[in-house]
Amino acid sequence: MIDVIVIGAGPAGLAGAITCASSGLKVMVIDEFIKPGGRLIGQLHQELSGEWWNGIKESERLHQEALKQSVDIRSGVSVYNLEKDDDLWNVHTSIGTLTAPFVLAATGAAEYPIPLPGWTLPGVMSIGAAQVMTNVHRVQVGKKGIIIGANILAFAILNELQLAGIHVNRIVLPEKSPLSGKAGEPEEVMKSLLNAAHLAPSPLLRMGSRFMKNDWFRKTGMRFFPKSGVKVNGTPLLLRKAALEVIGTEQVEGVRVADTDANGNIIPGTETVYEADFVCIAGGLYPLAELAAVSGCPFQYIPELGGHVPHHSETMETPLEGLFVAGNITGIESGKIAMAQGTIAGYSIAKHAGKGGTAIVEQLNQSVKNVHLLRKQAAIQFYPDIESGRRKMYDLWEQLYANPARLHTEEKLG
Amino acid sequence: MKKMTRLLDHPILGKLDDRKAIPFTFDGKTYEALENETIAAALLANGIRTLRIHEESGTPRGFYCNIGHCMECRVTVNDQANVRACLTVVEQCMVIASGKQHPNIVKRMVEQQ
Ligand SMILES: Cc1cc2nc3c(=O)[nH]c(=O)nc-3n(C[C@H](O)[C@H](O)[C@H](O)COP(=O)(O)OP(=O)(O)OC[C@H]3O[C@@H](n4cnc5c(N)ncnc54)[C@H](O)[C@@H]3O)c2cc1C
Ligand code: FES
Repeated sequence: MIDVIVIGAGPAGLAGAITCASSGLKVMVIDEFIKPGGRLIGQLHQELSGEWWNGIKESERLHQEALKQSVDIRSGVSVYNLEKDDDLWNVHTSIGTLTAPFVLAATGAAEYPIPLPGWTLPGVMSIGAAQVMTNVHRVQVGKKGIIIGANILAFAILNELQLAGIHVNRIVLPEKSPLSGKAGEPEEVMKSLLNAAHLAPSPLLRMGSRFMKNDWFRKTGMRFFPKSGVKVNGTPLLLRKAALEVIGTEQVEGVRVADTDANGNIIPGTETVYEADFVCIAGGLYPLAELAAVSGCPFQYIPELGGHVPHHSETMETPLEGLFVAGNITGIESGKIAMAQGTIAGYSIAKHAGKGGTAIVEQLNQSVKNVHLLRKQAAIQFYPDIESGRRKMYDLWEQLYANPARLHTEEKLG
Repeated sequence: MKKMTRLLDHPILGKLDDRKAIPFTFDGKTYEALENETIAAALLANGIRTLRIHEESGTPRGFYCNIGHCMECRVTVNDQANVRACLTVVEQCMVIASGKQHPNIVKRMVEQQ
Protein backbone atom coordinates (compact mmCIF):
# COMPACT_ATOMS: atom_id res chain seq x y z
CA MET A 1 0.00 0.00 0.00
CA ILE A 2 1.28 3.46 -0.92
CA ASP A 3 -0.11 6.47 0.95
CA VAL A 4 1.20 9.20 -1.30
CA ILE A 5 2.20 9.23 -4.96
CA VAL A 6 4.33 12.22 -5.87
CA ILE A 7 4.46 13.08 -9.56
CA GLY A 8 7.74 14.85 -10.28
CA ALA A 9 11.10 14.49 -8.52
CA GLY A 10 12.01 18.17 -8.73
CA PRO A 11 12.69 20.25 -5.63
CA ALA A 12 8.96 20.53 -4.85
CA GLY A 13 8.22 16.82 -5.26
CA LEU A 14 11.29 15.65 -3.36
CA ALA A 15 10.77 18.09 -0.48
CA GLY A 16 7.11 17.05 -0.30
CA ALA A 17 8.04 13.37 -0.32
CA ILE A 18 10.62 13.84 2.44
CA THR A 19 8.13 15.71 4.64
CA CYS A 20 5.37 13.13 4.10
CA ALA A 21 7.73 10.22 4.76
CA SER A 22 9.16 11.78 7.91
CA SER A 23 5.57 12.05 9.19
CA GLY A 24 5.22 8.30 8.77
CA LEU A 25 3.56 8.03 5.37
CA LYS A 26 4.60 5.57 2.65
CA VAL A 27 5.66 7.57 -0.38
CA MET A 28 6.48 6.80 -4.01
CA VAL A 29 7.93 9.43 -6.34
CA ILE A 30 7.61 9.08 -10.11
CA ASP A 31 9.62 11.05 -12.65
CA GLU A 32 10.24 10.60 -16.35
CA PHE A 33 13.73 12.12 -16.42
CA ILE A 34 16.81 9.87 -16.18
CA LYS A 35 17.55 10.92 -12.60
CA PRO A 36 15.87 12.78 -9.72
CA GLY A 37 16.15 16.53 -9.22
CA GLY A 38 13.91 17.95 -11.93
CA ARG A 39 15.06 21.26 -13.38
CA LEU A 40 17.17 21.82 -10.31
CA ILE A 41 19.97 19.65 -11.72
CA GLY A 42 20.69 22.10 -14.54
CA GLN A 43 20.86 25.15 -12.28
CA LEU A 44 24.05 26.95 -11.44
CA HIS A 45 24.17 30.56 -10.37
CA GLN A 46 25.91 32.79 -7.94
CA GLU A 47 23.88 34.11 -5.03
CA LEU A 48 24.17 37.75 -3.96
CA SER A 49 26.40 36.48 -1.15
CA GLY A 50 28.82 35.16 -3.76
CA GLU A 51 28.03 31.54 -2.94
CA TRP A 52 27.17 29.19 -5.79
CA TRP A 53 23.71 27.68 -6.06
CA ASN A 54 24.76 24.31 -7.41
CA GLY A 55 21.62 22.48 -8.44
CA ILE A 56 23.36 19.14 -8.86
CA LYS A 57 24.56 19.24 -5.25
CA GLU A 58 21.16 20.40 -3.99
CA SER A 59 19.36 17.59 -5.77
CA GLU A 60 21.82 15.01 -4.55
CA ARG A 61 21.21 16.23 -1.01
CA LEU A 62 17.44 15.95 -1.49
CA HIS A 63 17.77 12.56 -3.15
CA GLN A 64 19.86 11.17 -0.27
CA GLU A 65 17.50 12.61 2.32
CA ALA A 66 14.53 11.02 0.52
CA LEU A 67 16.26 7.64 0.42
CA LYS A 68 17.04 7.92 4.12
CA GLN A 69 13.31 8.39 4.75
CA SER A 70 12.63 5.24 2.68
CA VAL A 71 10.96 7.12 -0.17
CA ASP A 72 10.64 4.89 -3.23
CA ILE A 73 11.89 6.93 -6.21
CA ARG A 74 11.22 5.72 -9.76
CA SER A 75 13.09 7.61 -12.46
CA GLY A 76 12.41 7.11 -16.15
CA VAL A 77 8.68 6.54 -15.58
CA SER A 78 6.06 8.75 -17.27
CA VAL A 79 2.60 9.54 -15.94
CA TYR A 80 -0.08 9.72 -18.63
CA ASN A 81 -3.31 10.13 -16.74
CA LEU A 82 -4.70 10.80 -13.33
CA GLU A 83 -8.23 10.03 -12.18
CA LYS A 84 -10.10 9.41 -8.99
CA ASP A 85 -12.09 6.32 -8.32
CA ASP A 86 -14.07 6.38 -5.02
CA ASP A 87 -11.44 6.99 -2.35
CA LEU A 88 -8.32 6.30 -4.34
CA TRP A 89 -6.39 8.09 -7.05
CA ASN A 90 -5.38 6.04 -10.08
CA VAL A 91 -2.08 7.18 -11.52
CA HIS A 92 -1.58 5.71 -14.99
CA THR A 93 2.11 5.35 -15.78
CA SER A 94 4.44 3.68 -18.27
CA ILE A 95 4.90 0.86 -15.71
CA GLY A 96 1.19 0.37 -15.04
CA THR A 97 -1.49 1.90 -12.85
CA LEU A 98 -0.62 2.85 -9.28
CA THR A 99 -3.12 3.81 -6.60
CA ALA A 100 -3.02 5.89 -3.43
CA PRO A 101 -5.35 8.10 -1.39
CA PHE A 102 -3.06 11.12 -1.82
CA VAL A 103 -1.34 12.54 -4.91
CA LEU A 104 1.10 15.42 -4.99
CA ALA A 105 1.34 16.86 -8.51
CA ALA A 106 4.71 18.62 -8.78
CA THR A 107 5.30 18.56 -12.52
CA GLY A 108 7.13 21.90 -12.70
CA ALA A 109 7.32 24.24 -15.67
CA ALA A 110 7.75 24.19 -19.44
CA GLU A 111 9.08 26.77 -21.87
CA TYR A 112 6.99 28.87 -24.25
CA PRO A 113 8.20 28.40 -27.81
CA ILE A 114 8.80 31.27 -30.25
CA PRO A 115 7.76 29.73 -33.55
CA LEU A 116 9.68 31.90 -36.01
CA PRO A 117 10.36 30.54 -39.52
CA GLY A 118 13.09 27.89 -39.45
CA TRP A 119 12.70 27.11 -35.75
CA THR A 120 12.31 23.38 -36.39
CA LEU A 121 15.81 23.07 -37.89
CA PRO A 122 18.17 20.77 -35.97
CA GLY A 123 20.37 23.01 -33.84
CA VAL A 124 17.48 25.19 -32.71
CA MET A 125 16.64 24.40 -29.10
CA SER A 126 14.97 25.95 -26.10
CA ILE A 127 17.35 27.79 -23.79
CA GLY A 128 16.59 25.20 -21.09
CA ALA A 129 17.65 22.42 -23.47
CA ALA A 130 21.05 24.06 -23.77
CA GLN A 131 21.25 24.29 -19.97
CA VAL A 132 20.55 20.58 -19.56
CA MET A 133 22.93 19.56 -22.37
CA THR A 134 25.69 21.68 -20.83
CA ASN A 135 25.35 21.17 -17.08
CA VAL A 136 23.69 17.75 -16.89
CA HIS A 137 24.87 15.82 -19.95
CA ARG A 138 28.07 17.83 -20.37
CA VAL A 139 28.03 17.83 -24.17
CA GLN A 140 28.84 21.01 -26.12
CA VAL A 141 25.64 22.25 -27.85
CA GLY A 142 27.56 24.02 -30.60
CA LYS A 143 30.50 26.23 -31.39
CA LYS A 144 28.79 29.52 -32.12
CA GLY A 145 25.36 30.40 -30.78
CA ILE A 146 22.65 33.04 -30.83
CA ILE A 147 19.99 33.46 -28.15
CA ILE A 148 16.60 34.75 -29.26
CA GLY A 149 14.74 36.39 -26.36
CA ALA A 150 16.12 38.47 -23.50
CA ASN A 151 14.73 37.43 -20.13
CA ILE A 152 16.05 36.36 -16.74
CA LEU A 153 16.26 32.68 -17.65
CA ALA A 154 18.19 33.54 -20.83
CA PHE A 155 20.75 35.54 -18.84
CA ALA A 156 21.08 32.91 -16.13
CA ILE A 157 21.74 30.25 -18.75
CA LEU A 158 23.98 32.50 -20.86
CA ASN A 159 26.16 32.71 -17.80
CA GLU A 160 26.19 28.95 -17.43
CA LEU A 161 27.10 28.44 -21.10
CA GLN A 162 29.95 30.91 -20.77
CA LEU A 163 31.19 29.16 -17.63
CA ALA A 164 31.37 25.93 -19.59
CA GLY A 165 33.26 27.62 -22.41
CA ILE A 166 30.37 27.66 -24.92
CA HIS A 167 30.39 30.70 -27.19
CA VAL A 168 27.21 32.69 -27.50
CA ASN A 169 27.88 35.49 -29.94
CA ARG A 170 24.69 37.51 -29.64
CA ILE A 171 21.36 37.94 -27.90
CA VAL A 172 18.59 39.36 -30.09
CA LEU A 173 14.85 39.81 -29.58
CA PRO A 174 12.09 37.88 -31.33
CA GLU A 175 10.25 39.80 -34.02
CA LYS A 176 7.32 41.74 -32.58
CA SER A 177 4.08 39.84 -33.20
CA PRO A 178 0.90 38.96 -31.33
CA LEU A 179 2.64 35.73 -30.24
CA SER A 180 5.89 37.25 -29.01
CA GLY A 181 4.00 40.12 -27.32
CA LYS A 182 6.14 42.24 -25.01
CA ALA A 183 9.20 40.02 -25.60
CA GLY A 184 9.49 41.70 -29.02
CA GLU A 185 9.33 45.29 -27.74
CA PRO A 186 12.75 46.67 -26.75
CA GLU A 187 11.32 49.14 -24.27
CA GLU A 188 9.22 46.51 -22.50
CA VAL A 189 12.16 44.12 -22.40
CA MET A 190 14.33 46.84 -20.90
CA LYS A 191 11.62 47.52 -18.33
CA SER A 192 11.37 43.90 -17.25
CA LEU A 193 15.16 43.58 -17.05
CA LEU A 194 15.28 46.66 -14.87
CA ASN A 195 12.58 45.26 -12.62
CA ALA A 196 15.06 42.54 -11.93
CA ALA A 197 17.87 45.00 -11.43
CA HIS A 198 18.96 43.43 -8.16
CA LEU A 199 19.92 40.38 -10.17
CA ALA A 200 20.83 42.45 -13.20
CA PRO A 201 22.94 40.61 -15.71
CA SER A 202 25.18 43.51 -16.55
CA PRO A 203 26.84 46.20 -14.47
CA LEU A 204 25.56 48.76 -16.98
CA LEU A 205 21.96 47.82 -16.34
CA ARG A 206 22.59 47.68 -12.63
CA MET A 207 24.15 51.11 -12.57
CA GLY A 208 21.54 52.64 -14.81
CA SER A 209 18.61 51.03 -13.08
CA ARG A 210 17.97 53.81 -10.60
CA PHE A 211 17.67 56.41 -13.35
CA MET A 212 16.04 54.11 -15.82
CA LYS A 213 13.08 53.51 -13.50
CA ASN A 214 12.10 56.96 -14.67
CA ASP A 215 9.87 56.62 -17.73
CA TRP A 216 11.32 59.53 -19.63
CA PHE A 217 14.85 58.32 -19.14
CA ARG A 218 13.92 54.85 -20.26
CA LYS A 219 12.47 56.07 -23.54
CA THR A 220 15.51 58.21 -24.20
CA GLY A 221 17.76 55.38 -23.15
CA MET A 222 16.07 53.08 -25.63
CA ARG A 223 16.32 55.57 -28.47
CA PHE A 224 20.03 55.88 -27.87
CA PHE A 225 20.54 52.20 -27.20
CA PRO A 226 23.74 51.44 -29.11
CA LYS A 227 23.25 49.48 -32.34
CA SER A 228 26.14 47.25 -31.37
CA GLY A 229 24.34 46.48 -28.12
CA VAL A 230 25.61 46.44 -24.56
CA LYS A 231 27.76 43.58 -23.42
CA VAL A 232 26.51 41.04 -20.92
CA ASN A 233 29.66 39.32 -19.69
CA GLY A 234 31.13 39.81 -23.12
CA THR A 235 28.09 38.80 -25.18
CA PRO A 236 26.37 41.69 -26.98
CA LEU A 237 22.73 42.15 -25.99
CA LEU A 238 21.10 43.61 -29.09
CA LEU A 239 17.76 44.97 -27.92
CA ARG A 240 17.25 46.81 -31.21
CA LYS A 241 17.65 43.74 -33.43
CA ALA A 242 14.87 41.28 -34.15
CA ALA A 243 15.23 37.71 -35.39
CA LEU A 244 13.21 37.20 -38.57
CA GLU A 245 14.18 33.66 -39.50
CA VAL A 246 16.55 30.84 -38.66
CA ILE A 247 18.27 29.79 -41.87
CA GLY A 248 19.90 26.52 -42.90
CA THR A 249 19.12 23.39 -44.92
CA GLU A 250 20.17 20.34 -42.90
CA GLN A 251 20.78 22.28 -39.70
CA VAL A 252 21.16 25.82 -38.37
CA GLU A 253 23.50 28.00 -40.41
CA GLY A 254 22.50 31.42 -39.11
CA VAL A 255 19.80 33.87 -38.14
CA ARG A 256 18.40 36.61 -40.37
CA VAL A 257 17.88 39.77 -38.31
CA ALA A 258 16.77 43.37 -38.86
CA ASP A 259 17.10 46.60 -36.90
CA THR A 260 14.04 47.82 -35.01
CA ASP A 261 12.84 51.07 -33.52
CA ALA A 262 12.28 51.50 -29.77
CA ASN A 263 8.86 49.84 -30.09
CA GLY A 264 10.17 46.84 -31.96
CA ASN A 265 8.98 47.81 -35.46
CA ILE A 266 11.28 46.57 -38.22
CA ILE A 267 13.27 49.25 -40.04
CA PRO A 268 13.18 48.28 -43.74
CA GLY A 269 16.46 47.70 -45.55
CA THR A 270 18.46 46.78 -42.43
CA GLU A 271 18.51 43.00 -42.78
CA THR A 272 21.68 41.02 -42.14
CA VAL A 273 22.54 37.41 -41.43
CA TYR A 274 24.47 36.35 -38.33
CA GLU A 275 26.20 33.00 -38.66
CA ALA A 276 25.59 30.36 -36.01
CA ASP A 277 25.54 26.59 -35.61
CA PHE A 278 23.07 26.64 -32.73
CA VAL A 279 20.18 28.87 -31.69
CA CYS A 280 18.53 29.01 -28.27
CA ILE A 281 14.95 30.17 -27.98
CA ALA A 282 14.12 31.87 -24.69
CA GLY A 283 10.34 32.28 -24.68
CA GLY A 284 9.86 32.19 -20.91
CA LEU A 285 8.34 29.62 -18.55
CA TYR A 286 4.77 28.50 -17.88
CA PRO A 287 3.32 26.09 -15.30
CA LEU A 288 3.16 22.53 -16.67
CA ALA A 289 -0.26 21.58 -15.41
CA GLU A 290 -1.67 19.11 -17.96
CA LEU A 291 -2.01 16.31 -15.43
CA ALA A 292 -3.97 18.46 -13.00
CA ALA A 293 -6.19 19.38 -15.96
CA VAL A 294 -6.95 15.78 -16.95
CA SER A 295 -7.73 15.00 -13.31
CA GLY A 296 -10.59 17.50 -13.53
CA CYS A 297 -9.09 20.18 -11.30
CA PRO A 298 -10.46 23.67 -12.11
CA PHE A 299 -8.02 26.24 -13.52
CA GLN A 300 -7.43 29.96 -13.44
CA TYR A 301 -5.42 32.08 -15.88
CA ILE A 302 -3.12 34.29 -13.80
CA PRO A 303 -0.48 35.96 -16.02
CA GLU A 304 1.50 37.12 -12.95
CA LEU A 305 2.11 33.43 -12.18
CA GLY A 306 3.08 32.58 -15.75
CA GLY A 307 -0.16 31.14 -17.14
CA HIS A 308 -2.94 28.72 -16.23
CA VAL A 309 -2.67 27.25 -12.75
CA PRO A 310 -4.82 24.67 -10.95
CA HIS A 311 -6.97 26.17 -8.19
CA HIS A 312 -5.09 25.76 -4.93
CA SER A 313 -4.88 27.13 -1.41
CA GLU A 314 -1.85 28.56 0.30
CA THR A 315 -1.46 25.17 2.00
CA MET A 316 -1.33 23.52 -1.46
CA GLU A 317 -4.67 21.71 -1.44
CA THR A 318 -6.77 21.60 -4.59
CA PRO A 319 -10.58 21.41 -4.63
CA LEU A 320 -10.25 17.68 -5.39
CA GLU A 321 -10.04 15.56 -2.24
CA GLY A 322 -6.58 14.05 -1.87
CA LEU A 323 -4.96 16.02 -4.71
CA PHE A 324 -2.22 18.47 -3.73
CA VAL A 325 0.12 20.63 -5.83
CA ALA A 326 3.48 22.31 -5.22
CA GLY A 327 6.29 24.03 -7.07
CA ASN A 328 6.14 25.61 -10.50
CA ILE A 329 2.82 23.94 -11.38
CA THR A 330 1.33 26.61 -9.07
CA GLY A 331 3.29 29.52 -10.62
CA ILE A 332 6.81 30.18 -11.88
CA GLU A 333 9.45 30.80 -9.21
CA SER A 334 12.95 29.68 -8.33
CA GLY A 335 14.02 26.25 -7.15
CA LYS A 336 14.37 27.33 -3.52
CA ILE A 337 10.76 28.44 -3.35
CA ALA A 338 9.54 25.30 -5.13
CA MET A 339 11.34 23.27 -2.48
CA ALA A 340 9.74 25.25 0.36
CA GLN A 341 6.31 24.84 -1.24
CA GLY A 342 6.93 21.10 -1.38
CA THR A 343 7.46 21.13 2.37
CA ILE A 344 4.12 22.92 2.85
CA ALA A 345 2.39 20.30 0.70
CA GLY A 346 4.06 17.53 2.71
CA TYR A 347 2.77 18.88 6.05
CA SER A 348 -0.61 19.52 4.52
CA ILE A 349 -0.91 15.93 3.30
CA ALA A 350 0.31 14.59 6.67
CA LYS A 351 -2.33 16.69 8.41
CA HIS A 352 -5.10 15.40 6.13
CA ALA A 353 -3.88 11.85 6.71
CA GLY A 354 -4.15 12.39 10.47
CA LYS A 355 -0.38 12.21 11.01
CA GLY A 356 2.01 14.42 12.93
CA GLY A 357 -0.07 14.93 16.07
CA THR A 358 -0.76 18.41 17.39
CA ALA A 359 2.60 19.78 16.26
CA ILE A 360 1.58 19.54 12.62
CA VAL A 361 -0.58 22.69 12.63
CA GLU A 362 2.31 24.81 13.83
CA GLN A 363 4.73 23.13 11.39
CA LEU A 364 2.34 23.86 8.55
CA ASN A 365 2.06 27.52 9.60
CA GLN A 366 5.81 27.84 9.84
CA SER A 367 6.33 26.35 6.40
CA VAL A 368 3.90 28.87 4.90
CA LYS A 369 5.76 31.71 6.60
CA ASN A 370 9.03 30.33 5.30
CA VAL A 371 7.84 30.66 1.69
CA HIS A 372 6.96 34.33 2.28
CA LEU A 373 10.41 34.94 3.69
CA LEU A 374 12.21 33.16 0.84
CA ARG A 375 10.17 35.07 -1.73
CA LYS A 376 11.28 38.38 -0.20
CA GLN A 377 14.93 37.29 -0.33
CA ALA A 378 14.78 35.59 -3.74
CA ALA A 379 17.92 36.10 -5.82
CA ILE A 380 16.05 35.12 -8.97
CA GLN A 381 12.46 35.92 -9.86
CA PHE A 382 10.95 35.24 -13.28
CA TYR A 383 7.67 37.14 -12.97
CA PRO A 384 8.00 40.49 -11.16
CA ASP A 385 4.37 40.63 -9.93
CA ILE A 386 4.48 37.16 -8.43
CA GLU A 387 3.27 38.36 -5.01
CA SER A 388 0.10 39.84 -6.43
CA GLY A 389 -0.43 36.73 -8.56
CA ARG A 390 -0.21 34.55 -5.46
CA ARG A 391 -2.65 36.86 -3.64
CA LYS A 392 -5.12 36.56 -6.52
CA MET A 393 -5.10 32.79 -6.32
CA TYR A 394 -5.54 32.66 -2.53
CA ASP A 395 -8.34 35.26 -2.61
CA LEU A 396 -10.08 33.22 -5.25
CA TRP A 397 -9.67 30.12 -3.11
CA GLU A 398 -11.18 31.90 -0.10
CA GLN A 399 -14.10 33.01 -2.23
CA LEU A 400 -14.77 29.68 -3.90
CA TYR A 401 -13.92 27.03 -1.35
CA ALA A 402 -13.24 28.37 2.12
CA ASN A 403 -16.45 30.27 2.52
CA PRO A 404 -19.00 28.98 0.00
CA ALA A 405 -21.94 30.57 1.83
CA ARG A 406 -20.58 34.04 1.15
CA LEU A 407 -20.12 33.24 -2.49
CA HIS A 408 -23.73 32.25 -2.85
CA THR A 409 -25.02 35.46 -1.30
CA GLU A 410 -22.73 37.49 -3.52
CA GLU A 411 -24.00 35.69 -6.55
CA LYS A 412 -27.60 36.39 -5.57
CA LEU A 413 -26.86 40.03 -4.94
CA GLY A 414 -24.80 40.42 -8.11
CA MET B 1 28.57 17.97 -38.77
CA LYS B 2 31.70 18.04 -36.64
CA LYS B 3 31.76 16.08 -33.42
CA MET B 4 30.85 18.06 -30.32
CA THR B 5 33.21 18.04 -27.40
CA ARG B 6 32.22 16.47 -24.11
CA LEU B 7 32.68 19.01 -21.34
CA LEU B 8 34.89 16.89 -19.14
CA ASP B 9 36.14 19.74 -17.01
CA HIS B 10 34.08 22.54 -15.49
CA PRO B 11 35.24 25.41 -13.23
CA ILE B 12 32.39 24.93 -10.71
CA LEU B 13 30.92 21.51 -11.43
CA GLY B 14 34.34 19.89 -11.54
CA LYS B 15 35.78 17.01 -13.54
CA LEU B 16 33.69 14.14 -14.86
CA ASP B 17 34.69 10.67 -13.73
CA ASP B 18 35.92 8.29 -16.39
CA ARG B 19 32.87 6.60 -17.83
CA LYS B 20 32.68 3.38 -19.77
CA ALA B 21 32.18 3.64 -23.54
CA ILE B 22 29.00 1.94 -24.79
CA PRO B 23 28.62 0.95 -28.45
CA PHE B 24 25.26 1.45 -30.21
CA THR B 25 24.02 1.82 -33.75
CA PHE B 26 22.06 4.66 -35.31
CA ASP B 27 20.59 4.11 -38.78
CA GLY B 28 22.97 1.18 -39.24
CA LYS B 29 26.20 2.90 -38.26
CA THR B 30 28.07 2.17 -35.04
CA TYR B 31 28.88 4.94 -32.54
CA GLU B 32 29.99 5.21 -28.94
CA ALA B 33 28.07 6.69 -26.03
CA LEU B 34 29.36 7.15 -22.51
CA GLU B 35 27.66 5.35 -19.65
CA ASN B 36 24.39 7.02 -18.53
CA GLU B 37 24.23 9.27 -21.57
CA THR B 38 20.87 9.90 -23.25
CA ILE B 39 20.48 9.05 -26.93
CA ALA B 40 20.17 12.76 -27.76
CA ALA B 41 23.38 13.64 -25.90
CA ALA B 42 25.35 10.71 -27.30
CA LEU B 43 24.32 11.49 -30.88
CA LEU B 44 25.14 15.18 -30.47
CA ALA B 45 28.58 14.25 -29.12
CA ASN B 46 29.01 12.18 -32.28
CA GLY B 47 28.07 15.15 -34.44
CA ILE B 48 24.49 14.09 -35.19
CA ARG B 49 21.70 16.60 -34.74
CA THR B 50 19.04 15.12 -36.99
CA LEU B 51 16.94 12.58 -35.10
CA ARG B 52 13.92 12.45 -37.34
CA ILE B 53 12.55 13.41 -40.74
CA HIS B 54 9.17 15.09 -40.84
CA GLU B 55 6.90 12.74 -42.75
CA GLU B 56 4.98 15.40 -44.65
CA SER B 57 7.58 18.07 -45.41
CA GLY B 58 10.65 15.83 -45.32
CA THR B 59 12.47 18.41 -43.23
CA PRO B 60 14.99 17.28 -40.60
CA ARG B 61 14.26 17.60 -36.86
CA GLY B 62 16.48 17.45 -33.79
CA PHE B 63 15.93 17.65 -30.06
CA TYR B 64 14.23 20.85 -28.97
CA CYS B 65 13.34 20.91 -25.24
CA ASN B 66 15.70 18.11 -24.08
CA ILE B 67 13.39 17.28 -21.13
CA GLY B 68 10.53 15.27 -22.58
CA HIS B 69 7.93 17.94 -23.33
CA CYS B 70 7.98 18.59 -27.08
CA MET B 71 8.21 15.09 -28.65
CA GLU B 72 10.46 16.43 -31.41
CA CYS B 73 13.18 13.89 -30.62
CA ARG B 74 11.24 10.68 -31.27
CA VAL B 75 13.32 7.77 -32.55
CA THR B 76 12.86 4.02 -32.86
CA VAL B 77 14.73 1.96 -30.25
CA ASN B 78 15.09 -1.80 -30.70
CA ASP B 79 11.99 -1.74 -32.95
CA GLN B 80 9.91 0.32 -30.56
CA ALA B 81 8.74 3.51 -32.30
CA ASN B 82 8.24 6.96 -30.76
CA VAL B 83 10.81 6.75 -28.00
CA ARG B 84 12.02 10.13 -26.74
CA ALA B 85 15.76 10.37 -27.36
CA CYS B 86 16.16 13.04 -24.67
CA LEU B 87 14.77 10.79 -21.89
CA THR B 88 16.29 7.46 -22.88
CA VAL B 89 19.71 6.31 -21.74
CA VAL B 90 21.82 4.43 -24.30
CA GLU B 91 22.30 0.78 -23.45
CA GLN B 92 24.88 -1.70 -24.70
CA CYS B 93 24.32 -2.49 -28.41
CA MET B 94 21.07 -0.54 -28.64
CA VAL B 95 19.71 -0.39 -32.19
CA ILE B 96 18.37 3.08 -32.86
CA ALA B 97 16.73 4.35 -36.03
CA SER B 98 15.72 7.89 -36.85
CA GLY B 99 12.01 8.58 -36.39
CA LYS B 100 9.69 8.69 -39.34
CA GLN B 101 6.36 9.05 -37.59
CA HIS B 102 3.93 11.79 -38.40
CA PRO B 103 4.34 14.55 -35.81
CA ASN B 104 1.71 16.98 -34.61
CA ILE B 105 3.17 18.21 -31.39
CA VAL B 106 4.82 21.34 -32.75
CA LYS B 107 1.45 22.49 -33.93
CA ARG B 108 0.01 21.80 -30.52
CA MET B 109 2.73 23.77 -28.81
CA VAL B 110 2.00 26.74 -31.03
CA GLU B 111 -1.73 26.45 -30.46
CA GLN B 112 -1.19 26.37 -26.70
CA GLN B 113 0.18 29.89 -26.76
C1 LIG C 1 14.09 24.45 -18.71
C2 LIG C 1 14.00 25.13 -17.38
C3 LIG C 1 15.10 25.78 -16.84
C4 LIG C 1 15.03 26.40 -15.60
N1 LIG C 1 16.14 27.02 -15.09
C5 LIG C 1 16.08 27.62 -13.88
C6 LIG C 1 17.22 28.26 -13.31
O1 LIG C 1 18.28 28.30 -13.92
N2 LIG C 1 17.10 28.82 -12.08
C7 LIG C 1 15.93 28.79 -11.38
O2 LIG C 1 15.87 29.28 -10.27
N3 LIG C 1 14.85 28.20 -11.92
C8 LIG C 1 14.88 27.63 -13.14
N4 LIG C 1 13.77 27.04 -13.66
C9 LIG C 1 12.52 27.10 -12.91
C10 LIG C 1 12.27 25.76 -12.24
O3 LIG C 1 11.03 25.36 -12.69
C11 LIG C 1 12.34 25.85 -10.74
O4 LIG C 1 13.58 26.37 -10.33
C12 LIG C 1 12.18 24.50 -10.04
O5 LIG C 1 13.01 23.51 -10.60
C13 LIG C 1 10.76 24.06 -10.03
O6 LIG C 1 10.67 22.91 -9.24
P1 LIG C 1 9.47 21.91 -9.39
O7 LIG C 1 9.75 20.83 -8.41
O8 LIG C 1 8.20 22.63 -9.32
O9 LIG C 1 9.56 21.34 -10.87
P2 LIG C 1 10.76 20.66 -11.69
O10 LIG C 1 12.05 20.94 -11.11
O11 LIG C 1 10.52 21.05 -13.10
O12 LIG C 1 10.45 19.10 -11.55
C14 LIG C 1 9.32 18.54 -12.14
C15 LIG C 1 9.61 17.11 -12.47
O13 LIG C 1 8.40 16.48 -12.87
C16 LIG C 1 8.67 15.56 -13.89
N5 LIG C 1 7.46 15.36 -14.67
C17 LIG C 1 6.68 16.31 -15.26
N6 LIG C 1 5.65 15.74 -15.89
C18 LIG C 1 5.77 14.40 -15.69
C19 LIG C 1 5.00 13.28 -16.11
N7 LIG C 1 3.89 13.42 -16.83
N8 LIG C 1 5.42 12.05 -15.74
C20 LIG C 1 6.55 11.90 -15.00
N9 LIG C 1 7.31 12.92 -14.58
C21 LIG C 1 6.92 14.16 -14.92
C22 LIG C 1 9.78 16.19 -14.69
O14 LIG C 1 10.54 15.21 -15.36
C23 LIG C 1 10.58 16.93 -13.62
O15 LIG C 1 11.69 16.19 -13.20
C24 LIG C 1 13.81 26.40 -14.90
C25 LIG C 1 12.70 25.76 -15.45
C26 LIG C 1 12.78 25.13 -16.67
C27 LIG C 1 11.56 24.46 -17.25
S1 FES D 1 13.52 17.05 -27.11
FE1 FES D 1 11.55 17.58 -26.46
S2 FES D 1 10.76 15.65 -25.95
FE2 FES D 1 12.81 15.18 -26.37
